[in-house]
Amino acid sequence: MLRRSFLAGAITVLPFAAQATPEALEAAIKEVTGGAPLREGKVTLDIPPLVENGNAVPLTVRVDSPMTADDHVKAIHVFNEKNPQPQVFNAWLSPANGRALVATRIKLADTQKVVAIAETNTGEFWTAHADVIVTLAACIEDIT
Amino acid sequence: MANMLVNAPRTANKGQIVEIKALIMHVMETGFRPGTTGRIIPRNIIEDFTATWNGREIFRMKMSPAIAANPFVSFSAVATESGTIAFRWSGDEGFLAEHQVAITVT
Repeated sequence: MLRRSFLAGAITVLPFAAQATPEALEAAIKEVTGGAPLREGKVTLDIPPLVENGNAVPLTVRVDSPMTADDHVKAIHVFNEKNPQPQVFNAWLSPANGRALVATRIKLADTQKVVAIAETNTGEFWTAHADVIVTLAACIEDIT
Repeated sequence: MANMLVNAPRTANKGQIVEIKALIMHVMETGFRPGTTGRIIPRNIIEDFTATWNGREIFRMKMSPAIAANPFVSFSAVATESGTIAFRWSGDEGFLAEHQVAITVT
């Protein structure tokens, strides 16, 4: 009995020793918003709903903004729920970009939620999220 | 010197929004994976990417280990004046890579 519970403990702890939790995600979001309210809308998060390989998942964040000096997106932040760290990237924009758009490729270690947050020059925070199913996870082991 | 590939138009009309794509060869080792010896492979990522247009910063990105290997970034910029767009990647283990492209704005 003792041996069994010990083994079960070892198995559950080892592979996911480092994993962001919904709480870590909340904390990471709070770090950029400073507790300001998040509003759904304006942000479009383009990510495939089902990915075969979590090592390179294409992601595009678009924000509906005129990108003028008076009204523009200052930053785009992307977070995830279950990678070892909740942060994915922070990108800083200005009216010089003309369009509030960032595209990149990310790693996903598990089936999880991805959150994008846009920060405007007026201090508003807009958000969008997407659920992604990952069949082959990233960062599990070195297979080379 | 790292291999990189930047895609930006060579010419643009004044006020036009141009799309800029930058790709660089890099392992982006997360620092969370055990290697074949069972030990964790130390983190080795690109942390900062910046793009400047004639010295003025137009885009900056802070990357985390969750960015895929060989980081690809795409963004846009308003063509204001002819000159150079410079890209700079920096990260762990003293990694530094720079690249420039010329653009003519008419």
